[in-house]
Amino acid sequence: MSAAVTTAVAEATRPRLRLRDLRLGTVLAPLVVGVVFLGGWQLLVDGLGIDPYIVPAPSAIWDQVVAGWSNIVDGMQVTGRNALIGMLVGGVIGVLGAILASLSKVVDQMAVPIVSALSVVPIVALAPVLYTMFGAAVDTGRIVVAALAVSIPVYFNTLRGLRQVSTVHRELMSAYAATPTQVIRTVTLPTATPYVFTGLRIASSLAVISALIAEYFGGPVGGLGKAITSAAASSNYPLAWAYVTGSIVLGLAFYVVTLLVELWFARHTPPTP
Amino acid sequence: MTPASTAAIEVTGVDRIFRRRRDEVVALRDVSVSVAAGEFVSLIGPSGCGKSTLLRLVADLDTPTAGSISVFGKTPRQARRDQDYGIAFQQAGLLPWRTVASNIELPLKLHGVGSAERRARSDELLELVGLEDFGKHHPDQLSGGMQQRVAIARALAESPRLLLMDEPFGALDEITRERMQNELVRICRDTGAAVLFVTHSIPEAVFLSDRVVVMSPRPGRIVDIVTAGGAGLGSSHERTDEVRDAAEFFHTVAAVREHLHGSPVAGVRGVESR
Repeated sequence: MSAAVTTAVAEATRPRLRLRDLRLGTVLAPLVVGVVFLGGWQLLVDGLGIDPYIVPAPSAIWDQVVAGWSNIVDGMQVTGRNALIGMLVGGVIGVLGAILASLSKVVDQMAVPIVSALSVVPIVALAPVLYTMFGAAVDTGRIVVAALAVSIPVYFNTLRGLRQVSTVHRELMSAYAATPTQVIRTVTLPTATPYVFTGLRIASSLAVISALIAEYFGGPVGGLGKAITSAAASSNYPLAWAYVTGSIVLGLAFYVVTLLVELWFARHTPPTP
Repeated sequence: MTPASTAAIEVTGVDRIFRRRRDEVVALRDVSVSVAAGEFVSLIGPSGCGKSTLLRLVADLDTPTAGSISVFGKTPRQARRDQDYGIAFQQAGLLPWRTVASNIELPLKLHGVGSAERRARSDELLELVGLEDFGKHHPDQLSGGMQQRVAIARALAESPRLLLMDEPFGALDEITRERMQNELVRICRDTGAAVLFVTHSIPEAVFLSDRVVVMSPRPGRIVDIVTAGGAGLGSSHERTDEVRDAAEFFHTVAAVREHLHGSPVAGVRGVESR
């Protein structure tokens, strides 16, 4: 029996993110699409003689990426730093808020209008106000924008996760005469953890977008957003697109890192429907 | 402490009525049953006969509308606080983020047992349920039968004198189920714990039990209590696979079945006709 069981277990080990099972097609298909898209774009721009202010050729953008690489990296660092701090602060606010709301019905109901309002208002719209509030020479306004944008999805997902505790687990804790604190520590928080990271994954791209767009409305120079606007203002369109490329890379980096963290924390949890 | 002669469970005249707005569902009506120390008693009956409700009342996961329940001479609440019983449900209910060993150690950890002692106990229990090599695995790496064995080991963690089991093998296939039944007989013999066991399966109830409590629904009540001992069966601690082929086993199964499907008992109201 034991031998049969052991093989069965070996097959069932670690179900998600199996790189060895990754098929060539899975990697190849998006690459082919990308190459075809870029090639078509290049041909179209060259063939029709489209002006760079409408859309520059990928080759022109690439030249700018190579030439201005160190500037792009600097911009990514500035914007990335704002997005990261915003994400951490917003994550903490979202999680703590959700814990409060899950513990008290009153808090939950009081939070509904505020959270709903925040989730329908484009938070970047607050940027000009925040610049006046905190001063336009510092990044604080941008961090606040990113933090607010992050806190909403984290709040919703964490709150959902805190309510996913299964009946069996609740009854077991009751049968063990566990104290409320023990129930929260042993069952409620671990159940919610994968949900927190789902919230953070959704929020990760929002953090970058918010931090970047907030730069359009003023504040100190150096970030990707400011670089895009000033390149466009000086009619250097390929350079503006090069900075856009940098923004895409930054956004992807945030997304992939949080995705990996999420997969790690959810590795033993069955997928949610 | 309570003397050894105290019954593990004493249920007297228990009613449980669920009220939803104007609806009233009588889950249990005037139920009285006792389980002696070390005795194995099964509750069997169709869905809605209140067998799980009765077990939940004993476990203090629910409270009776009328009547009284004592567990080792205490109220169910006190017995729950004193951890006098271990419990297992149809779902194994393991914590997926904890290893098998730390799932078994969970009740001990919640009650402040030191880590060395916990480790020793979980090693012991893993051996008891035949999962020595799986302590460091996570539940998602185990089959359903293995998960259920972990759940039973967890229920035994604090060496309770009473086990409450609500269809623990209900979700398992027939072959695994019979093997688990054999193991449960052995575990009960080794630990001497009394068991209150809820099941849908007549052979399972007869194979495992000293007595089988046959229940019927609407309102949930006890139809009869069938003794499953006697020639060819012996006590619940002596059952082996041979018992499944014994004539006495089939007689007892037939007797239980008759009570389950048989003609309505005179004087009982609300018997379902099918």
